[in-house]
Parts: sequence; structure tokens; C-alpha cells
Amino acid sequence: MNEQAAKAGANRMTYREACRQAIREALTNDPRTFLMGEDVGLYGGCYAVSKGLLDEFGPQRVRDTPLAEATFVGAGIGAAMAGLRPIVEIMTCNFSLLALDQIMNNAATIPHMSGGQFAVPLVIRMATGAGRQLAAQHSHSLEGWFAHIPGLKVLAPGTIEDARFMLKAALTDPNPVMIFEHIVLYNAEGELDPDVIHVDIANARIRRSGRDVSILTYGNSLPKCLAAAETLAADGIEAEVVDLRVLRPLDNATIFESVARTRRCVIVDEGWKSGSISAEIAARLSEDLFFELDAPIRRICSREVPIPYAAHMEEAALPQTRQIVDAARSLVKPQ
Amino acid sequence: MSQKPHLDRESGRHLFKQMMRIRRFEAKCAELYQAQKIRGFLHLYDGEEAVAVGVMQALDDRDAVVATYRDHGHALARGLPMGTLMAEMYGKVEGCSRGRGGSMHFFDRARRFYGGNAIVGGGLPLAIGIAMADKQLSPGAVTACFFGEGAASEGAFHESMNLAKLWNLPVLFVCENNLYAMGMPLELAEAETDISRKAAAYRTPSEAVDGMNPIAVEAAATRAVASIRSGNGPYFLECRTYRFRAHSMFDTQLYRTREEIGLWRERDPLPRMQKWLEETHMLSPQEVRDIEADVEAEIGEAVAFAERGQWEKIENLERFVLMDEVPE
Repeated sequence: MNEQAAKAGANRMTYREACRQAIREALTNDPRTFLMGEDVGLYGGCYAVSKGLLDEFGPQRVRDTPLAEATFVGAGIGAAMAGLRPIVEIMTCNFSLLALDQIMNNAATIPHMSGGQFAVPLVIRMATGAGRQLAAQHSHSLEGWFAHIPGLKVLAPGTIEDARFMLKAALTDPNPVMIFEHIVLYNAEGELDPDVIHVDIANARIRRSGRDVSILTYGNSLPKCLAAAETLAADGIEAEVVDLRVLRPLDNATIFESVARTRRCVIVDEGWKSGSISAEIAARLSEDLFFELDAPIRRICSREVPIPYAAHMEEAALPQTRQIVDAARSLVKPQ
Repeated sequence: MSQKPHLDRESGRHLFKQMMRIRRFEAKCAELYQAQKIRGFLHLYDGEEAVAVGVMQALDDRDAVVATYRDHGHALARGLPMGTLMAEMYGKVEGCSRGRGGSMHFFDRARRFYGGNAIVGGGLPLAIGIAMADKQLSPGAVTACFFGEGAASEGAFHESMNLAKLWNLPVLFVCENNLYAMGMPLELAEAETDISRKAAAYRTPSEAVDGMNPIAVEAAATRAVASIRSGNGPYFLECRTYRFRAHSMFDTQLYRTREEIGLWRERDPLPRMQKWLEETHMLSPQEVRDIEADVEAEIGEAVAFAERGQWEKIENLERFVLMDEVPE
């Protein structure tokens, strides 16, 4: 499939292929970089992201690890401190909890705790999110959790372009960067702008402009919000969709500018509402933009349940386009 | 002392002096803790000095060290300047971690000292990664990873032992078995109390060594490092030792008896080493006094350095949370 796509000369590709090209480019350009994780080599990656890379780069650069998340993540931290530029893949964010000690107590902490003597230039990639009927232990959205931690950068690519280029920016950053790739997006297809070869990992991005209401979101909720905006447009409501992209540090400037202009805000987050990134954004808006708002801030988040298996229950638990439409409309045209 | 492989006068003196530096430095730390110059946690290495001193003898500048929260001995034996350690415990910006780490978190990039780690077992995965990097960037370098026997209960210990052998990494595992994980006695914590045997499950060569004898530790560490440098992969040393003082300054030691402490004190490496050096005419009483005077002077300077140190400016509080560049 990759070869076919390449031969067609098309810039059209899947999110998965974009992730793979990003890793291939990183391995090609820097001998200090290697990919390490469970089933990244022989198996080709749980989500087939690294398929073919073992043959291309060999087992030193594409390194299969045993099921030992704490230690292979910690090894990535140590390797980064000692001069390499590792990409560690945690199969899914659900398993990142087994490595939470290393991420929080070492990666996020050592640069500061050592008085700046050691940096941790490490990238940790992982799949996140729900929507594939994988049940509670394989459907968590933990990016908001990690965004709580000073010392980390947390990225959520919601577009093919970000899937393709965020990794490069993350690898040149001197800090530990976590990239959350949404499982539902891997099959998404899109066209890459051939003129774009770089993206920043500092700013939110307005994906659709509008004057009536700002919808703030990231990851797999982005396509849902864009679909909601289309529906709203048919109803005469122009919604602006802001792709947060970077959950830590949050780009206050872009968020505040958009909301100050539209004066209304809906936040859409696949994480649970309590103690979430949506709560953080809502708090910042109420602290700094209170007098600019014409309506209360609304949040569409996952229902506070372990994500269930059955399709109808899973669908009911996750943010859906219809809810986003209703929330935005209620702010612009209150009954 | 039984094992004395070609110990000459100079190295005997060196081992003795290094142990004394640690012992006297920590006695001063305890005093300064009572005076509230040092706060937070203070974990003393008192009794275990022979381990760090013996192991460091086997290491070069190119090698890396991963330490635990009981890291004063590791740091001094590795050559971190005493003044920067004392300043760190005072919380001063001249400290080896700019006052951000304290007693448990000494770091020194120049000496490849990758930190005192205060999560039990938390340093082992780091050592795996440092060894991976060295294997590629600095072949021949060894990473010495210190941890207590309490870490052997942690999953990270077993994962790291497995990866080190699986990937043939240059790691020297140094288990400082002082018999208690804080207050948890070894026999209540482990199904297999012979820690050195655990290495066999990972096909890693191991030795159990008298951790109260710096010459024995040095000899074992030297064998281990030679094996690692010749490309044979990791090596495991269990150093059987004892901490004479409480776990930290808040420990009433309900879990062990005075008699037990007394028995171990009879094996105190410092007086034993001194007696042996004097008996073998490697050290005269005058030379002992000279060493003591040197050490006391060094400690005095370290305290003075810490006393005249500055506080980090509060406007720098968030500095290094995110780094602007990777230090070279």
C-alpha cells in the first residue's frame, strides 16, 4: 500500500502512513534516533505504524522490547540523558500507567531536579482514545492526565499533517514530548500540502474560521467538531474550530483570541469531564476572559464511566457530533 | 582482612581516607540537621561506606553512576566536591543540583553522576538506557547502578535485569543489601533471601561480597568491570552490609535490636581497616592523625562554602522545568 501510494506520487495518505513516514525520516536523518517498544519490529506495530521499518533499519534501530513498560520507558529516558534521541512507543496509553513512575518521577523531574545539568530529549508515542469497542482497559484518554505534569510536552495530532510532522519537531525539542495518536484516526486519509515540511509544537491552530462560537478540541474530536460546524453553517451559525494540538503547554493566546472574538465557547474533549484538560481550559477562560463572554462555557466530554464494550453504550459514552451541534446552537440561539 | 589482592600502601590509605571522608562528612550532616541547617530527609550511609568506596575504585571517568537516595557516599567516592554537596543540603544555589534536589538528589554531569533516585528501583531502568547509549557512543564504558535489597522486590529490578542480559549491556548492578528496606526485614520481604541468586534467573554472573570490607568490594568490582568491559554483558554484585544509624532522621528503629546493631558494629569497616593498616605497617598513628586532620579541614571548608552560598532567586523558580537546549 505504501509503495502504491508513493508510486502514485500522491500526497494523499493515511494518518498511519504519515506516522510511519515521520519515523522513517527521523531514523534516516539521525543515527542517534531509534524506535523502541512492544511489537514495533517483527509484528510491524500494533497499529501497523512501523510496518517495514525493521527490514529497512535493522534490529538496533527498530528494537522490539519485552512487555516491560516501566523499564523500556526508563531506558529511553536514560538513553536520552546519555546522548541518544530515542522514540519510545507505548502500544497504547492504557499501558503507559505501568510506566507512569518513570515518566513523572524521572523524565519530567530530572532536568529541574538536577539544576539543569541533564535534559531528557525523548519522544514517547502512544495510541489513545476509544471508538473501536475495545472496552474499558483499552479505551482510555490519558493525554489530559499527562498534561497536568510540569516538565512534559503533550501533543495530540488530529490531522494528517500533524501526524507527519509533529515527530520531527518533537525530536528537536530538548524536553520529553509525549505524542498521543488516536486509534480511530489511523485509517483517516488526507492530502498533504507539498509546501509544508514543518509544523510547530507550540501553537493551537484554527481549522475553520467562524464568528459565532469557538469550538475548542483536539485529536479524534476534531473531525466531529468540523462536521458539527458544517451542520451549524447550514443553520446560519458560523462556528470557529480551534485544534488545540498541544495540550501542554496550552496556547493561551490563540484560545483567548478566538473566544474573545466569538464570545462563546464549547470545549470538546474525549477525556472525562472531572479534572480534565477541558476543565483547565474552562478555568483559564473564566479567570482571564470572564467579561468577554456572552454565554456560559459549555463542555462536551466522555460520560464518567469506564468505556463499555457494546457499541450503543460506547457511542453514548463518547462525545458525538450531535451533542456538539446542540451545545453550540444553544449558546448562539438560546431558546 | 582476608582478601588483599596486591594492596599497596597508597591504595590502602586511599580506601581508608575515602571511607573516613564519608563517615565524618555525614556525622557533620547529622549535627547540622539537629541545628536545622539541613532539612527534609537525610539518609545516612553510616556503615555502608566500604561499598561505594570499593566499587568506585573499579571505575574510570568514562563510566556512569546511578545512585539511590542514600547517595552521600556514592557522590563523595565518585569525586563530587564536598562543598557542592553540603551547599546542596543547605539548599543553596552553589549546590550540585542548584538547591533543587537536596540530600537525596545529587547530580553531576561532568562526573557522569546520574543522580540519587528516591523511588526505590527507579534508577535501574535509567541505567539500562545509559548503558544502551554508551554501547553506541562510548564503547567500553560501564554504568554502575546502586540500589538496596528492597529494590529487588520491585518489578523494575526484574525487568532491568532481564533487559541488561537480553541486550548484553555494560551494566554493573550493585545491590547494597543492608537487610532492611526502611523497616522491612529481608526475610519478611523475599521468598529467596539470597539476593545474589536472583541474577542466575537472568543468566547474569553474580557474586556476594562482604560489604564491610572495601578491599573485598574493590576486588569483586574490578573483576566485574573487567568482565563487562570485555563485552560479556552485565554483572551483579551483592554487597552484604549494614546501616548503623536509623533509616532517616525520623526512624525510631522498632524493627531491630540494639544487640544486632552492636554485632554489626564489631565489623565496622573503618576501625577494622585502620587496625589492619597499622598492623601491616602501611599506616602509622601519625599518618592516621594527618588523614583525620585533612578530612576535618575539608569538611570545615565544605560547611563554610555552604554557609556563604546564596539562595536561588525566586524568579528562577521555574528555570529548567523546560530546557532551552540539551547541555553538551
